[in-house]
Amino acid sequence: MKEYYVLTAKDFYDGLKEDKLLGLRCKECGQITCPPLPTCQWCGSIDLEKTELSGNGEILTFTLTDVPPEGFEPHYIVCLVRLDEGPTIMGRLDYDAEKVTVKYERSQELIGKKVKAGHVVLPADKYSMGEKLVPLFKVV
Amino acid sequence: MRDVAIVGTGQTKFGRWDKSNTELFCDAALEAMEEANVDQKDIEAVYAGAVFPGFEEGQTNIGGHLVGSLHLGNIPSTRFEGACCSATVAIRDAYIWVASGYYDIVLAGGTERALSMGTPFATKTFAMANDCKYEGNVGITFPGVFAMAARRYSKIYDIPLDKLREKMAHVSMKNHKHGALNPLAQFYQKMGNLKVEDVVNARMACDPLTLLDCCPFSDGGAATIITSADIARRYTDEPIYILGVGQGSAGHLGAQEDLTKPASRVFSSRSAFKQAGLGPKDIDIMEIHDCFTSAEIIASEAIGFFDWGKGADAVEEGQTDMGGRPVINPDGGLMGKGHPIGATGAAQVHTIVEEMKGKAPKGNQVDPVPEIGMTDTLGGGFNTLAHLILGRSRR
Repeated sequence: MKEYYVLTAKDFYDGLKEDKLLGLRCKECGQITCPPLPTCQWCGSIDLEKTELSGNGEILTFTLTDVPPEGFEPHYIVCLVRLDEGPTIMGRLDYDAEKVTVKYERSQELIGKKVKAGHVVLPADKYSMGEKLVPLFKVV
Repeated sequence: MRDVAIVGTGQTKFGRWDKSNTELFCDAALEAMEEANVDQKDIEAVYAGAVFPGFEEGQTNIGGHLVGSLHLGNIPSTRFEGACCSATVAIRDAYIWVASGYYDIVLAGGTERALSMGTPFATKTFAMANDCKYEGNVGITFPGVFAMAARRYSKIYDIPLDKLREKMAHVSMKNHKHGALNPLAQFYQKMGNLKVEDVVNARMACDPLTLLDCCPFSDGGAATIITSADIARRYTDEPIYILGVGQGSAGHLGAQEDLTKPASRVFSSRSAFKQAGLGPKDIDIMEIHDCFTSAEIIASEAIGFFDWGKGADAVEEGQTDMGGRPVINPDGGLMGKGHPIGATGAAQVHTIVEEMKGKAPKGNQVDPVPEIGMTDTLGGGFNTLAHLILGRSRR
């Protein structure tokens, strides 16, 4: 049977472990899909090739989590980042927690800031099928 | 396709229950069956929303146990799972099977025991409705999704975050005011007189959302009896008709164009409007999935009641409170009434049906009795959406 995934979650995580953000370039529309899917997230084509992305992007929005799910330590920042290559991905933000709260009146200025992706390894839990590899963004 | 009606509904009180999911479902189902005077042998199938019975009490395959408990013979019984949207998905499918002519009578509803899981584990299981690999592993929670949506909304519409938080607080104030008057609500006789300061100064859950920007975890059950319109009057003098249904889907948040303009909700609500031959202006009363204050505002725009970016002003000005149009969440919504996720959609239908019969609790009843109502139910990060449009008159 043909395997349709050009880039699997495991491949994506293996790349992330070396601070490489991997994605897919569509041979039909030329646009980039990230994180990996079996189809182009823009046009639906399955004619895709693996590509390494710059890891650069800008913050769309973020939140400080004070009440986390079981297995997570509180007070971490989750963000959505629009990558320079087009797609938006979720990750952690490495930043001063004091400056992302409503108490800091300029917190909204973080939206639009340029960031660069690295990674963080979080401990496994019962459902995560191994340790969790998560994009970690730093403001550049 | 045949016309379809609701001939009976039931809902347990929402809150903390020392009962199993099967018990909660059956309490609601038997109430609905009694109201409709439907005999056990008349029911041909059961469709039940239930999201986490495995995590909550070690129960999977709940469908058969519902039928066994209710003594419905050996009819098919199916569990539906679309996170917090599960019961509406179940009712929509019941509608389709009855409309198609395959069944004449289906019992559809849902059940959940989320409060009994405790906050850390409940938060973990709820977060499983996100993409597990690319979102769940990051540690995102649902307050987090709607916290990010609030910050995005503030940015896009250039509303200072402090001002937006005050507008959002009015969602909580309105829905808790109604919930405090609803005997079936988790917060019955509680928090009926919140002020803006109470909401914005409450303990932070996911900055900028405080606990009072969030609905609670809840236990509870709700059920409906769905029949073909032709036989509905055998069971009730006041059938409520299903005029339109919609359902929509979307993948992970990053692949959605804008989390303040959820395309899956636009798709689902437009589908329901198209089928009903109605539009947002025709809706008198609306049950919206107010899991968070920002969520109600975003939903009120996506369904088409207000222009993009104007929903926050509308709730602040009281346009969705009693006397406004549409009245949104007169029963307290998820915030005041509670949110046992597998049952929520059926509870929304229960409210609309009671309102249309003029039987809603004092302080919840919309005056005049509404002719057209609608439910909006959301599962996950806009991954599953469903809508039902109900009317007192057959079209």
